[in-house]
Amino acid sequence: MSAHSDPVVPGTPVGRRVVLGMLGLGALGVLTGKTVQGGINAIASRDPTGLTSLLPGTGGFRYYSVTGDEPVESTAQYRLTIKGLVDHPTTLTYAELAAMPQTHLVKDFQCVTGWRVPGVPWSGVALSHLLDVVGVKDSAKAVLFGSFDGVYTESLTLDQASGTDTLVATHMLGAPVTQSHGGPVRLYVAPMYGYKSLKWLSSIELSDKVVPGYWEDNGYDVDAWIGKSNGRSDAPVT
Amino acid sequence: MLARFTRGERWVHWSLAVLMTVLLVTAAVLYLAPLEQLIGRRRLVAQIHVYTGYLLPVPVLAGWARSAALRLDIRRLNRFTLLDWAWLRSRQRRSGAIAVGKFNAGQKLNAAFTLGAIAVMLGTGLIMHFTRLWPLAWRTGATFVHDWLAMAILVVVIGHLWFAAKDPQARAGMRTGQVPLGWARREHRLWAIEEEARTPAATGAARPPDRDSDAAEPADGPAPGPSTAADGSPLRRPGWRR
Repeated sequence: MSAHSDPVVPGTPVGRRVVLGMLGLGALGVLTGKTVQGGINAIASRDPTGLTSLLPGTGGFRYYSVTGDEPVESTAQYRLTIKGLVDHPTTLTYAELAAMPQTHLVKDFQCVTGWRVPGVPWSGVALSHLLDVVGVKDSAKAVLFGSFDGVYTESLTLDQASGTDTLVATHMLGAPVTQSHGGPVRLYVAPMYGYKSLKWLSSIELSDKVVPGYWEDNGYDVDAWIGKSNGRSDAPVT
Repeated sequence: MLARFTRGERWVHWSLAVLMTVLLVTAAVLYLAPLEQLIGRRRLVAQIHVYTGYLLPVPVLAGWARSAALRLDIRRLNRFTLLDWAWLRSRQRRSGAIAVGKFNAGQKLNAAFTLGAIAVMLGTGLIMHFTRLWPLAWRTGATFVHDWLAMAILVVVIGHLWFAAKDPQARAGMRTGQVPLGWARREHRLWAIEEEARTPAATGAARPPDRDSDAAEPADGPAPGPSTAADGSPLRRPGWRR
């Protein structure tokens, strides 16, 4: 047999074994990963050095934005417009919001993609208080929210908006809401998935019907109750 | 010069390189807060990432179907002999004391890892993309595997680029398909022997002027015989020094 014919390659098929081994480990990881990740998160939350936040999957909040530009408004520039089916349409400054009765909450933030940040302190003006101040007409059934990023929109039914755990938030984590967290003013809807908590809040409009917002248009549920929507069973925020 | 990689093989390598780069860059933007804040456009970046991922098997499958040279090289990459294990254990593995075939054991492991990683990333990526088809716990598990394997892939890719940066002749092999004969004899001695045994006249005529000064290198004459026994252990041949 001349050397030109197909040579037989000697040796043990280690390459194939590596590939099969990785597939096996991958499947094992998919089946057990949730438990392992939970263990890592438990350790990470007690880590005084904070080094564990370098590991994948830990580190608390993740930054999500749907536009390319950074929406920036200073507290001096900031305006919140309240309009639509209300008795007294108005535009509020940051100072006027700060002068209103403040509500403080300590609640988890649960993202629909799976990460959860426990025990986040929030404060601001209860949405229900703002609606009382402007007076809601009888024909109003829903509250629509707009963002000064120009893209993000959200909505709640009037019922959902009238609870004590929905805030027009000016502070979180013990400090004014930072730009990347949606500051200076954002929405926080405690019992629902994080996408309802619209960032860079600029307008509140009372309407006769719910208009699905940005993330609902992208396939997420309109009524985003934690643990009872989006096919998920996360523990509700209490 | 020796022909090391055919055009089809190079096409597969460079296609994978481009796809991997796009995947790693988009992954960084999706994952690292400072980059995310800089770029935003989460939905677009995620779509680029996902569809690029789905394209990953295309070069591999197309190459497998159409390139006999690639199929043979895959077989070479798959097989380990005793020499490969010795090479991995050796502290002086780069010295050439242990004979190396077309691919050294490190390259074989890299190839196997890459193939396995593509498969696992694709599988976990599918679970993450089509969330409603699977139990929720699988989605969390898939994200966990995807995250950690991405880190491992980054490390391996950096290692791959590091080795490539150190070896211009190896890079030439993947860029032009050809490598200097002297480099081949030094870095992949068994392969050089195999290639020269196949076409001794052609390689004799094409020797570049910067060949190594191997004392016993014949200018012409019969091709050298094998320098390994059947089990892959090196035969000592006087004069065939590195």
